[in-house]
Amino acid sequence: MAKYDYVPSPFMANPIVKWIDHRLPIFELVDQQLIKYPAPRNLNYFWNFGSLAGIMLVIMIVSGIFLAMNYQASTLHAFDSVERIMRDVNYGWLIRYIHMNGASMFFIVVYIHIARGLYYGSYKAPREILWWLGLAIFLAMMATAFMGYVLPWGQMSFWGATVITNLFSAIPVVGDPIVKWLWGGFSVDNPTLNRFFALHYLLPFVIAGLVLLHLWALHVHGSNNPLGIDAKGPQDKIPFHPYYTAKDAFGLGVFLIFFAYFVFFSPYTLGHPDNWIEANPLVTPPHIVPEWYFLPFYAILRAVPDKLGGVLLMFGSILILFLLPWLDTSRVRSGRFRPAFRVFFWIFMVVTVVLGWCGSQPAEGLPLILGQVSTVLYFAHFLVFLPLLGWFERPRPLPASIAEPVLGGGGAPRAAASKPMEKA
Amino acid sequence: MRYAKSLLAAGLLALSVGSASAAESIKIPAQSWPHDGFFGTFDRAAAQRGYQVYKEVCAACHAMKQMRFRNLAGIGLSDAEIRAIAAEYQTVDGPNDDGEMFERPSRPSDRFKSPFPNEKAARAVNGGAYPPDLSLIAKNRVGGENYVYALLTGYADPPPGFQLGEGMHYNKYFPGHQIAMAAPVQPDGVTYADGTPATVEQMSKDVATFFAYAASPHLEARNSLGVKVMLFLFIFTGLLYATKRKIWKGLH
Repeated sequence: MAKYDYVPSPFMANPIVKWIDHRLPIFELVDQQLIKYPAPRNLNYFWNFGSLAGIMLVIMIVSGIFLAMNYQASTLHAFDSVERIMRDVNYGWLIRYIHMNGASMFFIVVYIHIARGLYYGSYKAPREILWWLGLAIFLAMMATAFMGYVLPWGQMSFWGATVITNLFSAIPVVGDPIVKWLWGGFSVDNPTLNRFFALHYLLPFVIAGLVLLHLWALHVHGSNNPLGIDAKGPQDKIPFHPYYTAKDAFGLGVFLIFFAYFVFFSPYTLGHPDNWIEANPLVTPPHIVPEWYFLPFYAILRAVPDKLGGVLLMFGSILILFLLPWLDTSRVRSGRFRPAFRVFFWIFMVVTVVLGWCGSQPAEGLPLILGQVSTVLYFAHFLVFLPLLGWFERPRPLPASIAEPVLGGGGAPRAAASKPMEKA
Repeated sequence: MRYAKSLLAAGLLALSVGSASAAESIKIPAQSWPHDGFFGTFDRAAAQRGYQVYKEVCAACHAMKQMRFRNLAGIGLSDAEIRAIAAEYQTVDGPNDDGEMFERPSRPSDRFKSPFPNEKAARAVNGGAYPPDLSLIAKNRVGGENYVYALLTGYADPPPGFQLGEGMHYNKYFPGHQIAMAAPVQPDGVTYADGTPATVEQMSKDVATFFAYAASPHLEARNSLGVKVMLFLFIFTGLLYATKRKIWKGLH
């Protein structure tokens, strides 16, 4: 941030603020990182989803703490204690539906956030560690969501936990001992529920820590932007407050309308009816499915007839994202200037949705074949298309600066003034 | 345009989730319910008749262990009526000062009495089949209360060539079409105090209304709070948009 000349906000001159700041520069931190923090002037609403994800984390932690005050992590009482929350705890139904639908909302927001990063090349240098930290948050979220779904001790809780923990048995030699160690016994039972509750309470705070690191890494080089080019000077940046606080606040309002619709008028749509049946180890549901946000990965898991292969592929489908900064060989960040990449990006988006559908269906017939084809396309996107695109694609000319298309004539990038293509 | 794309993504998502539940079972025809929609409220007369059907027909085999007698206030029964209904049942309490368990008439705070002490006992009497608890039946079946109505009105003669198991009954809407429960709702199976003719359709609709209430007793509170929250959010978001516009005005 050397390029940026920091001019303190007026409140920094207040003597009390000065006294505190001399001892703990917390006001300076807020002023530099939240108020005067320079952000590219051209961020679109897709850049809203980072702050939305942070707000979702807070909503989940707060609603979760109130649920934990009324929840009993025991196989004998868990289901009834959740029903007690729904029926007898004051506004318990509201807190529960916020938390239950909040998980889905969190994933919707984070998936859009990730897709935005994929489209605008936000993972490219110098933001690789920022990208990794985001993926670490995503993995921690998945673990948290999975364990949280077990807690109400419904049929899908129990059988989902059984299926997913059993995946570890695919590991050669140590697989079975690992599964027994995870369970704390010989099946998913009370010890499993207890430790899942403990971890479900712990992990959100781990996520919060990772979020701080994510923000720290973000603030080193600042946000990427829709043009994907670096800021050339102060005219390319605007202070975060009031511009992006106002923009994010409006986006938050729109998002809360969407969220509230589900909480108040359609609270069961995103869940599975079987989870309102108490867990019964003797009755297997005809068709075990995870929550919607895991369906694409579930489809990849089942695309391979071999258990170990499926498990490796499923974990690989996320781990491969860690290599993305090097698999994408193009030096142009934004998809806006990459005509061929853009086509493959939207194909990839469709592939993930198709995988999601396949994951929701029984693994046979069309969904199985479609799932296998989509799995191949999923990995091909990272291992074949992206590496090759960097070599064969001719990117469109990049604008000279962020401010240019905004302030320059007519708004459209002027070809004459533009920098020559980075890759010629 | 960007909005259109995110809306599209949300739509695809909803579609994939929707098809997930639809593909699992036979198509359940949707009925129209007074408790549907943003302003829906339970038809209290129907729910009370439905409770009568549950009490006189279903309760012989099916428990509703999440329900307490005081919950009947939500379908419009008075405190005196609830006390009178509760007193018809005996609840095991204790131990008393002699260390003995004893039975006493139920109070509004007691749970509905279950017909069987445990699942094994229920299966023993019902030819191995377990009559499920009905507290959440309107939530834990695909189709909810529509499923309840479809099932109760869906008994028919099996189509030619259909192999019906011993002691099983054909039902158009039960998964696999074979159900151990014989058609529970029969014409005039109960006598309604309000003179409503007790047809199979009427009783099925009434009892489904009652189960919908039992599964979501806070539905009315949820709707009324939801409408207020939505109104607030629409106005608030409008103001936020105006604020954003004003702040950004000088920039471009």
